Order: sequence, then structure tokens, then C-alpha cells
Amino acid sequence: MSQLHFKQALLDPSLPAPAGLQDGQGSPAGRHFDVYRNNVTVSLIEALQTGFPAVCKLLGEENFTNLARDYLRAEPPTSPVMMFYGKGFAEFVQGFEPLAKFGYLPDVARFEILLRESYHAADADVITPVALGAIAPERLGGAKLVLAPSTRLLQSPWPVLSFWQYALKDGAPRPSARPESVLITRPEFDPTPQLLPVGAGGFVRALQLGKNLEKAAAQAIEKNKNFELSTALSTLLSAQAITQVSLEEDT
Amino acid sequence: MFDKSPLKALPAASGVGYKPQHFSEIMSDVAQAICPVGWLEIHAENYMGQGGRPLAQLRHLSEHFPISVHGVGLSIGGEGPLDADHLARLKQLCDWLEPASFSEHLAWSSHESAFLNDLLPLPYNTATLARVGEHIDTLQNTLGRQILLENPSSYLAFDTSDMSETDFLAELAQRTGCGLLLDVNNVFVSATNLGYSPQGYIDDFPLDKVGEIHLGGHDEDINDAGRPLLIDSHGCEVVDPVWALLDHTLARSGPRPLLIEWDNDVPDWPVLAAEAKRGAAALVAL
Repeated sequence: MSQLHFKQALLDPSLPAPAGLQDGQGSPAGRHFDVYRNNVTVSLIEALQTGFPAVCKLLGEENFTNLARDYLRAEPPTSPVMMFYGKGFAEFVQGFEPLAKFGYLPDVARFEILLRESYHAADADVITPVALGAIAPERLGGAKLVLAPSTRLLQSPWPVLSFWQYALKDGAPRPSARPESVLITRPEFDPTPQLLPVGAGGFVRALQLGKNLEKAAAQAIEKNKNFELSTALSTLLSAQAITQVSLEEDT
Repeated sequence: MFDKSPLKALPAASGVGYKPQHFSEIMSDVAQAICPVGWLEIHAENYMGQGGRPLAQLRHLSEHFPISVHGVGLSIGGEGPLDADHLARLKQLCDWLEPASFSEHLAWSSHESAFLNDLLPLPYNTATLARVGEHIDTLQNTLGRQILLENPSSYLAFDTSDMSETDFLAELAQRTGCGLLLDVNNVFVSATNLGYSPQGYIDDFPLDKVGEIHLGGHDEDINDAGRPLLIDSHGCEVVDPVWALLDHTLARSGPRPLLIEWDNDVPDWPVLAAEAKRGAAALVAL
């Protein structure tokens, strides 16, 4: 009996326990093998419940458990670092036909992965508004901002933050249909999501791609003429999302 | 071969598996000098992020307690080679933290790309001995330190086993210079499930190699034949027969670092602290 056969039987309950195993007292393994099968299945379902509490709440625990069981059998973890298990869960949910009418669920799953990534991201010192204010106005457009490693952005066609709050916060209102761009930052240890003002999602995305302020703002305004650079900058500063500001000719 | 430096050893005191929800109460107990635990153990894999609260808490705790790093994911018993990425992560954690102890399990948990999140059993024979011995050599050489290897809780046996678990562990320790972590609850669970004497197992165990003892709670089920089938759940108090088996062990081994593991349905701090105090009392009684 190889570990391959053991693994296959753990993940496929229709297979019998592998040959060559016994209960220690001369009988076939039977329920003794089922303990391992159960440990694997239950522990991975629990890991997914812990990692995706909003998806679990929105689906209900029984539905989530069934979904999680299908997922873990299709995509068991590929690393012992379980804090990041479930990176493919959103795509799995997206392709799961019975859930097709809940189009927002994959983005809620993506959002919960981003929260976990932010929680475990590297620490970094952030700059204060003074550092940005010290730059001469005529040079500001050429400045590049480095965002904290814990910063994450999700631009969703769905009200993803509203659904997450509706699932997990008492008294949160029912989401109404609208796209939402959400910024996740980690001022200290707790990832903190906030809804970005109109157009600011594209601005943050451009910064993440290394554009300077002028180019990032121009892109944002092109998509939405109501975009305000000063509002977006103060949002990033107060969320403690900026770790460095550099002028292009310096780099 | 690695010799254990006495400066790096865990104290022969009571410790607990650290849970983040107990951080404030543990530090408050420390501030009042009433903390009932002398050291803490963490699961290595929970501290492999890049930063944030887990590592900040761990850094803080390590200023007040000796820390034992307990790996649960290396798959030392795996048929394939050890995961080089995971070895590197373990090394990084140990280099950063300089823990008092590092331990892993006599088990496998990964096959090719799949990590199964459980400690899976091995046949005890010369082929397994050679493979696990090589993996322990690799691990000890990578970390530059001696490791402790823990006896598993077992639910089944292999037709292809031709050694006892105690002989297998003694031989591994002899070959590689590793120490052993004796989980007394695992002994009780395995002995009940597989039908042997837990006291006899302890009497056969190379106790001179034991650098740490684990205690934990288990659940009780029944097998197809109606006999008890115990599940190592770490979700409740240690039962009296396991405390008795601890006394049996300590009477033969002398004092050792003792750890209470409680990983599921984690209780409030006073409940876990009471278990640690019971462990401390067993050490004092020697």
C-alpha cells in the first residue's frame, strides 16, 4: 500500500480503505480508517469556515459545508501553511453551477482572501501627511507612492463590501445593487476595509502598478470626471497606506 | 548528530499550547507574577506570514517565556523528499525566534502537491526507518539543531510493520541523534485503539531521550466490533487515566517539560491554566 492509495481513499469516500491496514487486533481497518478520513475532511472544512466566514454566513452553514467538502476534494491544500488555504475557492464558487444566481459570492470570497493576506502581510512604517506636504506643488505630479504591503484593493461590479458587512455585522442593511471598490489597509494589526470614493479604485490600481500621481490621477479622471485627487490622497494617508514617496527623477 | 545545549533546553515545568485569544490574560498573569505556565509552545505553520499580529505577539511572548516550536506540516514520514520551501520556512522561523526547542511528528501529511492537514500513520519496518532517518538528518542539518520527534496517535496498524513503535523510535533516535517528544495521551489513545498496554509502552520507551511530554484531551467513539475507538481531539480536559499514565511515566523518567495541548473548542484561560497547574502538581509530587 502506498501513500498515494492512502491519499486517494482519504479524499474519495466511495473508495474502500486501502488493503494491508488493520485495526491492530487482526480485523480489517474499517472505522479505524474512517477516523483519518474524517480528520482530513472536517479539519479542512473548518479551515474554510474560518477563512470565509461571510461566504459561510451568506450560504448558511449546511450549504457551505457541502460546498467546502466538494472544494477540498477537488483542491486540497498545496502547502502546510494553512493560513492561505482557499486561494482558488472564489474561482471554484464561480464555476459551481448551483450557485450561479448568487453572482456576488465569488467576489465576497476574493475579498475574504484579501483580508487574510493583509492580516499576515509584512509590517511597514508609513509616512505622515507632512512628508507629502513637503513636496513642492509643481513636483507633486511626478511623485510615486509606495503602498504598504498590507494594502489590498478589490474593484467589484457587486456591492462586495456591503455583502460582507451584511453577513457579519449586526444591523448592517441589505446591500443594494451597485459596483463597489474597496480598499483594505492595516493601520495596526486589524485589516480595515473602506469603500473608496468614485474613481479612486482605478487611481489606487494605477499607483500599485507604479504610475506617478499625475498619470494615476489622469487615468482616474478619464474613467470618472468626478474623481478628486485630494480626497483620494487623504483617504490613503489617514488609512496609513503609504510607506514611501519618491520623486521620479530620483529613481 | 546534534547535542542539546543545556542553555537552550525547555524548563522541566508546565507549559501550554499558546492560543492568541489568551494573549492579554497571559501577559496580565506575567505582570502580576502569577502565571501558572513556565513556557509556551506554538505551531510553526501559524507563524509563517510576513508580519502582523501573530509575529508581533510571538516576539513579545518570547521576551517572557521559553518558546517551543512545534511543526505540524513537514511530513517527515512522506515517501517523497522533504518540501524544500517548507524546510526553508522552518529555518527562517527558528533563526529569527531562536526557540528553546523544535519538534515534529512521526507521521506523513503531504503526498506530491497535496497537503492533507492530518498526521497520517506509517508502517514500522526497515524501509520506513531508513527514509525517516534521512529526513530527520536533513531537518537537523537544515536547522542546525537537534529536533524532538513525537509519537503519533494511531487508529490502525499495517500488515507491513515488523517493529514496535517504541523500538522504531529508539532506533531513529540512536541513528540520528534526535530527541523524542512523548505524548502520553497519544500513547493512551493508540494503546486503546490497537489493543496493547499503555504502561507497557511507557516501560519500553527510551525515556532517556525524552525532551518534552505532551498531554491532551481525547474523544471516545466505538469501532465496528463495539470496542472503544479514541480520537485525539485536543478539545477537552485530560482524562484521569492519562494523568495516571503521566505519573507512571514521570516516576521512571524524572521531571520533564510538560505541555497541555488544547486546540479545538479552546476554553477560557482559567480552564487551561487549571490544567497547567495540575501538570505542575504532578512534577512537584516527584
